[in-house]
Amino acid sequence: MRQELLYPFDAAHLLRHRRRLRRELLEGGSWIDVRLAVLAGSTAQEVVDLLELFLLNDGIRPVFYQSEYNRYYEEALFDSARLEEFQPDVVCIHTSSVNVLRYPRLTDSADEIERCLDSEVTRYESIWNALTTRLGCQVIQNNFELPASRGTGSLDGASPAGRTHFLGRLNLELARRAQADRRIVLHDLASAAAIPGLDHWSDPARWFSYKIPTTPAGSAMWAHSLANVIRALYGRTRKCLVLDLDNTLWGGVIGDDGADRIRIGRETAEGEAYTAFQEYCLELRQRGILLAVCSKNDEAIAREGFSHPASVLRIHHLAAFVANWNPKSENIARIADALNIGLDSMVFVDDNPAERAIVRAQLPAVAVPEVGEDVSRFPMMLDRGGYFDVISLSGDDVNRNAQYAANEERSALSAMYADYGQYLAALKMRAEIAPFRDVFLERITQLANKTNQFNLTTRRYTVSEIAQIASDPAYITLYGRLEDRFGDNGLVSVIIGRREQAVLHLDLWLMSCRVIQREMELAMLDELIERARAAGIETLAGYYLRTPKNNMVADHYLKLGFDCVSRAEDGSRSEWRLDLKTNSAPRNIYIARITE
Amino acid sequence: MTDILERLQPIFRDVLDDQNLIITRASNARNVEGWDSLAHINLIASIEQDLGVRFALGELQDLQNVGDMIDLIERKLQT
Repeated sequence: MRQELLYPFDAAHLLRHRRRLRRELLEGGSWIDVRLAVLAGSTAQEVVDLLELFLLNDGIRPVFYQSEYNRYYEEALFDSARLEEFQPDVVCIHTSSVNVLRYPRLTDSADEIERCLDSEVTRYESIWNALTTRLGCQVIQNNFELPASRGTGSLDGASPAGRTHFLGRLNLELARRAQADRRIVLHDLASAAAIPGLDHWSDPARWFSYKIPTTPAGSAMWAHSLANVIRALYGRTRKCLVLDLDNTLWGGVIGDDGADRIRIGRETAEGEAYTAFQEYCLELRQRGILLAVCSKNDEAIAREGFSHPASVLRIHHLAAFVANWNPKSENIARIADALNIGLDSMVFVDDNPAERAIVRAQLPAVAVPEVGEDVSRFPMMLDRGGYFDVISLSGDDVNRNAQYAANEERSALSAMYADYGQYLAALKMRAEIAPFRDVFLERITQLANKTNQFNLTTRRYTVSEIAQIASDPAYITLYGRLEDRFGDNGLVSVIIGRREQAVLHLDLWLMSCRVIQREMELAMLDELIERARAAGIETLAGYYLRTPKNNMVADHYLKLGFDCVSRAEDGSRSEWRLDLKTNSAPRNIYIARITE
Repeated sequence: MTDILERLQPIFRDVLDDQNLIITRASNARNVEGWDSLAHINLIASIEQDLGVRFALGELQDLQNVGDMIDLIERKLQT
């Protein structure tokens, strides 16, 4: 692999050094030879030249045929002797939004717009039919990127006569028809153009001068995206994602910080980024990509990270697990052997640039994208590389259960709810409510110090105070984590109760605003009552201390059935009591309980 | 100002993949091997990028050789 040909690439560099790169790439390796015809609606040479580099880098050696400029339709349908003689394996219909023959006009009637659409779609379909019946080849059809300029601003997307609207419909229709015929593969040019964005994609001057619609950077993006489709077509999709652990799958160094202190989960921005990357990896696994771990760590300690309550990935998701102090290049080679796959099927992700460099140097067949150090960008960087792109999800790849589940979710989403209770029931909420645990102390502290709205007393604590309270038998503490159909909301609620004889004083009760109106406070109260009664408490004492921000909970205890025992005249402070001898029936009905 | 010809030299060598190439003011697409139409587009893009100039539509069509191009670039860099 030449690193300069992996995303993110420098188009200017590739174009300037294209001939040398091509020469050097052709010196190496064994090849899949592919005869590739490009029937173009613009000058395709620049894209073709770059496509050749990207394909060579993937072990595919193309021989090209190029149509005369803008003769894609004629050569496919009528004038195909030269094309037939070439005997292409694959034909790319190299069109883009400059090739739409007739866009609707603002004055067109609905019928005329339909005819525009139909005539475009039919034109491409007749190209496909001619090529597949006469040449028996695979066809790759671009969809259409947005035009560089639009006439009517947002209305262009809203009005059926707008270009944006029209191209959207055209793309959907082409996709629908291409899906029905496995000899047609749709190349999503629209998304390729969206990556650099239209300002960096389109260059009208080059269009007028050379009939190249794109900037050099746009051409490179186009070529790269097309190369990903061709690579997938020839089964060169990578099969295995090899992952580092510390600061890649979780924040922190598990060997130094301990499994309790690694940063993962919904509680912090950083933890959330690691969770998102783990979820991305799990999605890859669900469509058949193998996951493997390669980490410099003590194996037993490294494994503990996957037992962290917030870890999305579990040990059983991993096809191979290697944690030791040997060079990673050796370990990756071992993993390839163990899984019986080639090194050219592997992608390695590590936040450490030195590790990436060593693996690149020692194992050039392994793709080592320049992911950077920011985990929040890892999914994007892997996506852009197209390493795991496939042309369809039929066969063994698909996790059908997951698909069915997603469909079920969608239909549930679209349903109408007769009342709020039905909605809450449909959320399928599950809560874990338990006394403070070491692993959550930092999150609890953070929540105590930043929650302003749903916070009855707005008392602030340091982490050592929270730790002290957690271990003090005079306190009853509770944290609540809430999951629902859409995922894990993380640790969202905290109660600290301090006992004096048979009274439990609620020093702190707070909840994150992201789960307000979910009746989570009822589930918290149920658990609190249960634990208080078990500890011989007879009365709960609640306090509301008004701040400029916590008005939303002024009636919190009233709503829960507490009696007001005192209230400041100006309403700045009130005190409430709940007698547990007469008020202990469970209140929560919508939230199921998770017991760890 | 650095000699523009000197700055163009490595660009021509890279794009035409010939590290021994020597271009002069008299060089043009007919007397330099490999200077085809796509190489030309590449040369223009690389020169624009490297020298920080942008050629307008129509500015390039009357150029006869590298000398003409150098003069054009000089005019652009002065303004």
